[in-house]
Amino acid sequence: MSEKINAKIPEGSISEKWTKYRSTVPLVNPANKRSIEIIVVGTGLAGAAAAATLAEMGYKVKAFCFQDSPRRAHSIAAQGGINAAKNYQNDGDSVYRLFYDTIKGGDYRAREANVHRLAEVSGNIIDQCVAQGVPFAREYGGLLSNRSFGGTQVQRTFYAAGQTGQQLLLGAYSGLERQVGIGTVTMYSRHEMLEVVVIDGKARGIIARNLITGAIERHFGHAVLLCTGGYGNVFYLSTNAMGSNVTAAWKAHKQGAYFGNPCFTQIHPTCIPVSGDHQSKLTLMSESLRNDGRIWVPKQKDDKRAANDIPEEERDYYLERRYPAFGNLVPRDIASRAAKERCDAGYGVGTSKMAVYLDYAYAIERYGKIEANKRGLHNASKEEIIVMGKAVVKEKYGNLFDMYKQITGEDPYEVPMRIYPAVHYTMGGLWVDYNLMTNVPGLYALGEANFSDHGANRLGASALMQGLADGYFVIPYTIGAYLSGEIRTKAIPTDHPAFVEAENKVKERINKFLTIKGKQSPESFHKRLGKIMWDKCGMARNAQGLTEAIEEIRALKKEFWSDLRVMGDADEFNPELDKAGRVADFIELGELMCLDALNRNESCGGHFREEYQTEEGEAMRDDENYMYVAAWEYEGDSQWTLNKEPLIYENIKIAQRSYK
Amino acid sequence: MSEGNMNLTLKVWRQKNAKVNGSLETYQVNGISEDMSFLEMFDVLNERLVSEEKEPIAFDHDCREGICGACSMYINGRPHGPLEAVTTCQLHMRSFKDGDTIVVEPWRATAFPVVKDLVVDRAAFDRIIAAGGYVSVNTGNAQDGNAIPIPKEEADKAFAAAACIGCGACVAACKNASAMLFVSAKVSQLALLPQGQPEREERAIKMVAQMDAEGFGNCTNTGACAIECPKEISLENIARLNREYLGSSIASTVA
Ligand SMILES: Cc1cc2nc3c(=O)[nH]c(=O)nc-3n(C[C@H](O)[C@H](O)[C@H](O)COP(=O)(O)OP(=O)(O)OC[C@H]3O[C@@H](n4cnc5c(N)ncnc54)[C@H](O)[C@@H]3O)c2cc1C
Ligand code: SF4
Ligand code: FES
Repeated sequence: MSEKINAKIPEGSISEKWTKYRSTVPLVNPANKRSIEIIVVGTGLAGAAAAATLAEMGYKVKAFCFQDSPRRAHSIAAQGGINAAKNYQNDGDSVYRLFYDTIKGGDYRAREANVHRLAEVSGNIIDQCVAQGVPFAREYGGLLSNRSFGGTQVQRTFYAAGQTGQQLLLGAYSGLERQVGIGTVTMYSRHEMLEVVVIDGKARGIIARNLITGAIERHFGHAVLLCTGGYGNVFYLSTNAMGSNVTAAWKAHKQGAYFGNPCFTQIHPTCIPVSGDHQSKLTLMSESLRNDGRIWVPKQKDDKRAANDIPEEERDYYLERRYPAFGNLVPRDIASRAAKERCDAGYGVGTSKMAVYLDYAYAIERYGKIEANKRGLHNASKEEIIVMGKAVVKEKYGNLFDMYKQITGEDPYEVPMRIYPAVHYTMGGLWVDYNLMTNVPGLYALGEANFSDHGANRLGASALMQGLADGYFVIPYTIGAYLSGEIRTKAIPTDHPAFVEAENKVKERINKFLTIKGKQSPESFHKRLGKIMWDKCGMARNAQGLTEAIEEIRALKKEFWSDLRVMGDADEFNPELDKAGRVADFIELGELMCLDALNRNESCGGHFREEYQTEEGEAMRDDENYMYVAAWEYEGDSQWTLNKEPLIYENIKIAQRSYK
Repeated sequence: MSEGNMNLTLKVWRQKNAKVNGSLETYQVNGISEDMSFLEMFDVLNERLVSEEKEPIAFDHDCREGICGACSMYINGRPHGPLEAVTTCQLHMRSFKDGDTIVVEPWRATAFPVVKDLVVDRAAFDRIIAAGGYVSVNTGNAQDGNAIPIPKEEADKAFAAAACIGCGACVAACKNASAMLFVSAKVSQLALLPQGQPEREERAIKMVAQMDAEGFGNCTNTGACAIECPKEISLENIARLNREYLGSSIASTVA
């Protein structure tokens, strides 16, 4: 147990902690708020929500993003939905059930107090979004519609077709732009944060590069919020946007912030398979498709028949077979491993044989019949039913089906989709306490950038919930605990030596990238890193592979710093230079991920160590030795100390996770 | 390392920055697979340029899923290329033929100055939203999400308008470089919903004023924008904006 770690969890029973804490946390009065400056890095759901809300409250906010507009943050790409314990469907949902599902889904590796708070504020998020004009899907009666996601048995997911992230982000973005218009937020688009400035142990600002001019800028803040998203792109191929990266979090880590559970990665079961070496990213087919689609492979190995020619009795609906209680809606880690198991055993489909089918034929027929009944067409022919069914499926998932067709050239209304697991989300991230503050005072992490709520596996539709909870409903209160002690701190001039030093460090590094003048592009290093990570720190890991991976990554790092080629200059728009910096940080992170995975001698959630599994191939946790958050402390090049935050379950009975 | 058998000639706009003139440069790309996306074809070309110690071509992109609105190539005279309802990143090489010559330019509009090569500055769109493209509701002020039922048909229409990804293809497609389709999509989304009613008139006036101030051209109803829009934002929205705007400017002169 480490004394260094204090999660600052308030006293009291789980259902009262947050309400009590919220009403006793120190406040900053309106006059003082006007002279307090807050830097928000990132304008995804977490960052846009935080920036807008803090500005509404009266703080002076500066917001940063590397895209050309805050509206393009990666949150825009979220498809399926957002959870909330509204119980609108009257199916037995409650704050407690959402709390319980999330802890269980995370395989008992998340902090109870944070997760309960998340469940408590989930309903407010929906209300807030509706008030902003977010066009959620509705029923004919005009009320909000829900669907189910994996790992739950209630319908609590709110959605806007397959574009939920887009609509939620545009809501948060409109709130942000409103404050920009009023002048309470200054927006810095096409700016990349490259260093945290720490003065007397507290975060006091950042160094950022103006990506258009290349100018290196200094920005002061009484507090710095990192809302910079996840680091799935360490694997090169993932469902993340091309620009998603770890740089901001990594700089914070190197300035002293602990990195929590870096190896906890989510591999999403339903993505479009790799089609060739040119592949630059993988495309998700939303989990919501598992609501209605059925997953199968042929019962016969290496079956060469087209999917539609394989008769019903020769299909293996392996999820329904193995997990009858949850069927196709088991959590992601379980669905992914089951797909890998079938493909490794030789039952995979498609040219690469690394794919399984996601079939909509049944759903089309079922919806067609319902529609026929609704319209009173009791003698509808099979063809008519199919036409009506396709229309219903189109309304629910049309944009996803179009995307599939565009990418693969196949029509998923006619033939089953081919899917395979892909890297999707990172549960790990900067370690934060109950206030969402890292162990560096004044430095916060929100959204996917922190490690907090999802344990070893995130349930579908819970990342959007967490991002907006952090930004709208948590940080606006918890930041008072720190800022109320900062009202006498005057803005620190940016000619302070700490700013100068941080800026020099950034400039030296950029100069180094440009002067190595080797032969290999940043992209080529990224690809190689990704291959090491996917092969040895991916869906299944073992001690030998991880040890090898660490060696390989160290060698790659050496090669990177001696043979990198970056074209272009420092004082101009230069995506190659941006990429070089991101890849350099990914390489270092990759090493820490492997170290963390090697340390954790158990299987839990998305972390599957082959040495630790049951006879049926299910993950085997070791609660006695590993029921902790691994909070890694940076001690210099390739050196880390492990701090442990013990996880204490007072409200939920620990059990072997079962979805059978 | 070639993966396919398509050989193409690319003519790509190269421009160092906003201050200097640009021109088209010709590149031969070979061994392209029809499964590649258009941007992956550019990745291949860029990697080759780096290996030849030449500067790669700058272009905007991020999600590569057709949703972030970053990608923005003007391909053979059409924003986002030959297909309808598809962004540049979702365009695949199977839409081209071996031996084709493809001309690739940036969006052209006074309000979208070129940053470098195929990258333009679309911050004007953010400023239009900042002028009024929102509902003024502070965090914590909301009532229960189901307190106001909204007829499904209206909600669906609002959703269809809200699908705009802010890419700017409508501006690039328009001979007047008008931003009416973009502005009308946001005005419509909020005008169709009860939440948008209190600020309805003001919103249309302010957003249109900002659009004019940014230097976008006038709408002469040619409809090119809607044809090229990757999210099929309909011209009905422009008609609605005209009604809103007319209604509100009459209301404001009377008041
Ligand atoms: C394809 C896809 C579909 C998904 N679907 C769902 C879903 O249906 N439901 C769900 O709950 N979750 C979903 N997720 C997960 C969810 O979308 C993300 O976890 C979440 O949106 C992350 O939000 P965020 O605010 O933390 O970060 P992001 O949205 O990733 O934003 C990061 C921000 O940080 C900025 N930034 C990063 N680094 C820097 C830097 N150095 N300097 C300046 N700015 C920087 C970026 O510009 C950006 O503005 C999905 C994820 C993917 C990949
Ligand atoms: S209206 Fe269409 S073309 Fe114009 S910005 Fe929106 S999505 Fe792009
Ligand atoms: S890259 Fe996001 S829409 Fe094309």
